Amino acid sequence: MEVVLPFVIGSLYAMAIYMLLRRSLVKLLIGLGLLSHASNLLIFTAAGLTRSKAPVIALTADQLQPPHADPLPQALILTAIVISFGVTAFALALAYRAYRSADTDDLDQMKSTDA
Amino acid sequence: MIIFAVLSGFGLAFLAPAICRWAKERSGWWLAILPFALTLYFFSLLPGLAEGEVQSLALAWSKELGLTFSFRADGLSLAFALLVGGVGALVAVYAGGYFGTKAPVERFYFWLFFFMASMLGVVLADNVILLFVFWELTSLSSFMLIGFEHDRNEARTAAIQALLVTASGGLVMLAGFVLLAQIGGSWELSSLVLRGENVRANPLYLAVLFLILIGAFTKSAQFPFHFWLPNAMQAPTPVSTYLHAATMVKAGVYLLARLYPVLGGTPIWLWAVGGVGAATMVLGGALALSQTDMKRLLAYSTISALGSLVMAIGIGSETALKAMVLFLLAHGLYKGTLFLVTGSVDHESGTRDVRHLGGLRRAMPYTATGSTLAALSMAGVPLFLGFVAKEYLYEAAYKVGALWITLVFLGALLNVLIAFRVGVAPFWLPAPAESGLPKRPHEAPWSMVVGPLVLGALSLILGVFPQVLGSVLVAPALSAAAGERLEVKLAAWHGVNEIFLLSLLTLGLGIGLFAIRNDVQRIAARLALPWGLDTLYQRTLDGLFALASLQTRVLQHGYLRYYLITIIVAVVGITAGGLFRWGGGSLPHLSLDLRFYELGIAIIIVLAGGVAVLSRSRLGAVAALGVAGYGVASIYLLFGAPDLAMTQFLIESLTVVLFVLAFYHLPNFAQLTPKRERMRDVVIALITGGLMTTFVFVAGGIQIHPSISQFFVENSLPLAHGRNIVNVILVDFRGLDTLGEITVLGIAGIGVFALLKLRMDQHPAKGGRPAQAGTKGGKE
Amino acid sequence: MTSLILRTMVRLLLPLLLMFSVFLLLRGHNEPGGGFVGGLMAATGFALVSIAFGSTTARQVLRIDPLFLIGVGLLLALSSGLVTLWLNQPFLTGIWYKLSLGTFGKLELGTPLLFDIGVYLTVWGVTLTIIFALEEVG
Repeated sequence: MEVVLPFVIGSLYAMAIYMLLRRSLVKLLIGLGLLSHASNLLIFTAAGLTRSKAPVIALTADQLQPPHADPLPQALILTAIVISFGVTAFALALAYRAYRSADTDDLDQMKSTDA
Repeated sequence: MIIFAVLSGFGLAFLAPAICRWAKERSGWWLAILPFALTLYFFSLLPGLAEGEVQSLALAWSKELGLTFSFRADGLSLAFALLVGGVGALVAVYAGGYFGTKAPVERFYFWLFFFMASMLGVVLADNVILLFVFWELTSLSSFMLIGFEHDRNEARTAAIQALLVTASGGLVMLAGFVLLAQIGGSWELSSLVLRGENVRANPLYLAVLFLILIGAFTKSAQFPFHFWLPNAMQAPTPVSTYLHAATMVKAGVYLLARLYPVLGGTPIWLWAVGGVGAATMVLGGALALSQTDMKRLLAYSTISALGSLVMAIGIGSETALKAMVLFLLAHGLYKGTLFLVTGSVDHESGTRDVRHLGGLRRAMPYTATGSTLAALSMAGVPLFLGFVAKEYLYEAAYKVGALWITLVFLGALLNVLIAFRVGVAPFWLPAPAESGLPKRPHEAPWSMVVGPLVLGALSLILGVFPQVLGSVLVAPALSAAAGERLEVKLAAWHGVNEIFLLSLLTLGLGIGLFAIRNDVQRIAARLALPWGLDTLYQRTLDGLFALASLQTRVLQHGYLRYYLITIIVAVVGITAGGLFRWGGGSLPHLSLDLRFYELGIAIIIVLAGGVAVLSRSRLGAVAALGVAGYGVASIYLLFGAPDLAMTQFLIESLTVVLFVLAFYHLPNFAQLTPKRERMRDVVIALITGGLMTTFVFVAGGIQIHPSISQFFVENSLPLAHGRNIVNVILVDFRGLDTLGEITVLGIAGIGVFALLKLRMDQHPAKGGRPAQAGTKGGKE
Repeated sequence: MTSLILRTMVRLLLPLLLMFSVFLLLRGHNEPGGGFVGGLMAATGFALVSIAFGSTTARQVLRIDPLFLIGVGLLLALSSGLVTLWLNQPFLTGIWYKLSLGTFGKLELGTPLLFDIGVYLTVWGVTLTIIFALEEVG
């Protein structure tokens, strides 16, 4: 899987960036979603993939028996997933509000509203 | 106990509005109780000091950074604390009468006591960082108080100027503190004063000295930073009295005296500190010559007085430091009085112009008494405290050289003139015939008379019996400033010697100048030189604004995607450069272990992503985004991360719900970008994607630092009693991060709520301003 | 969205999801689970109610304002850290008490559990705040 995932990550980044560069606000938000998938996978893969057990100490044991997955990137990603949910929600609300105020979701037209 | 002295001040600040509402016109009297009690408390510490008992207290703040919440009340601190508390009490009473119930007194008292507490913090703090924090808090409260009448443009400008000058000076000083702590090996002033020799021998000594001097000089309005102080007279008079005469501007003096044992005593100290002080002393007096406004006259004389204090510390001999402590008290007493008197005169007669004032003695007898006492002390008439202080100052300068004594003489002479013009002439000389006063003057209310009378009387009493000050206050303060224990015996009378004759000469010549004051003023006004950096300050500020708007126009053009392109291209460039330098030679051994369902998931993710990008339908795109997310979740599940998988599955479902709900209210997709631009974006996207792929390949084989995961793995059960290490990291090892995260999440939630729930009816759909809608809606 | 099947399903699912969310929260320290997942699970339950019956009904079933949940959650998480200040330990140090339950083994209770409950409530509250707000807009 180490051979395939870098390509998956690369494609996700490429697609995310393309969507971020759209003028339509909604497309930008979808790009944001793709970007967070890409970044989480990047952290996950860069820390090393292992098909082994989760980093949970068995009830009968005192210590984690290797091999096991690395818990640290998992903790990082867990927060990142939840935060990106918050960001997406906030961005959606902002998009709605901006659309109501400016009557457009074209970012180029919105730029003149704060003048 | 000391910490309560500081904290109670902040407490009073927050209670002050409530007290004002309850006590109405008597609030000044009630509010003065605490400062008065604090003054008594500081007095009660004095006898112990003579026997070497120093109150101190240290609470841990951040041990790793060397920060402690430490306070220390030695003689020097107490001398300042007494001024802060005592003048604070009198000003609180005075302000009650000055403002009546018309002005927003709640706001005034809040900032006044906020300032008082911060100022007490400055003089009582032992940790330099703590001192810095309080130092900047005084700048902040000074800003709020100068701009108290914020509907006047001049007040706002002056407030900003004072803030910019003093707060940026404070920042420079912070750099000096950090360096000082590094070379001195301690963040505590009480330990630093014992290590002066090491500090002075260090090659960084000069840097430390100059950085700290800039802080002290800006705060204490020393040349060339003196220009903000006269402008600060836009503040209401009680503020000018308290902050810009008696206490805050003395913070720089305090700091210099405090650091004298650490940084002082070198030739550069004498010239940098003493020289600047002497120059400021003469300059302040000279600039006052052309003034006619009582308050501005006093402001310039304050600059001059601060100059002499700084000069005394610069000279640094025992006599000079003695003069400094005495002059500090004398100046606090007489300048406080004169400022209060100015306020009363302005309040009762409607003008502060010395050319129009006269004969107020009959109408305002008590104010006149206080004023006269203070003016005589300021002029250095024998038997007043000002006289004693000046004697010592002359003696100190006499021992250093002819140049110094000439400068002190000039400064003193000019101050005699100011003292008579402000403190004596408006009361004792007949009113100029041609001028009518805007108001018919009468005595100020009782609350506005107490302050001048008490302070004025103290100027006389302490001048006649300076020995009461000697061992109790001056000796401990002096010992703290000099860094060794010293005995002090003060006397009101030193016999007839050269110094006494010089004092008489000063007084005589000063009165002579006073006799021809109108000519002096006219000539000075004609000569008025554009001295000072007021103009330079203004130009710098204008330039800064011009630069800011220029770079805003260039950088912030408003096209989001060009911002993004800039960021992306920069990131790609830097990363690619890094990868290139790495050589890319050592690709890690890739395991070709690939199972068919894993490949299937990978393909599904990429395909779903493709659909999300290419779909013309919003729902299709969002559904595809969700599928990609499920794919990612499956990868987590397969590679030992069930926590992530569960979270991702749920989040993904909820995200789709969010999008679908939001789509009710958002427009359909539209093709907006022309084809050429789309091709450009494709190229950027592909390059970035390719780079990221390479990056992941390379990153898999590099371990720059040993992983800290092992620590979590080993200690999860013994230290944190948890078997799910991911969860233990989240709620225990890195709990602070998680706390921050859920706080952000909470803010996002509330933000969404606010954005969606605010009423928009008041605004037409087009051209509405969301920010405005926000504030209006928030009140409903 | 008035599908009868959905409504019936939701009626059945909500208690199950809520129980499961608490289960996830409580076992989170030793097995996969925890405040984040638990909170999301609980929110999902109410999101389903909100979709099937409308947000007014969902609010009535929930009874508590989700904004209030956010506040309580943050306060709990914060206070679990402040407890340690009494014991002169750094902020957020975990403190544990072991309860012996005789034959049932022993139960370990600690401030991290309190913290996790705070996370649970915050995530729950935030998610529902957002979903309700999006649904009620317009």
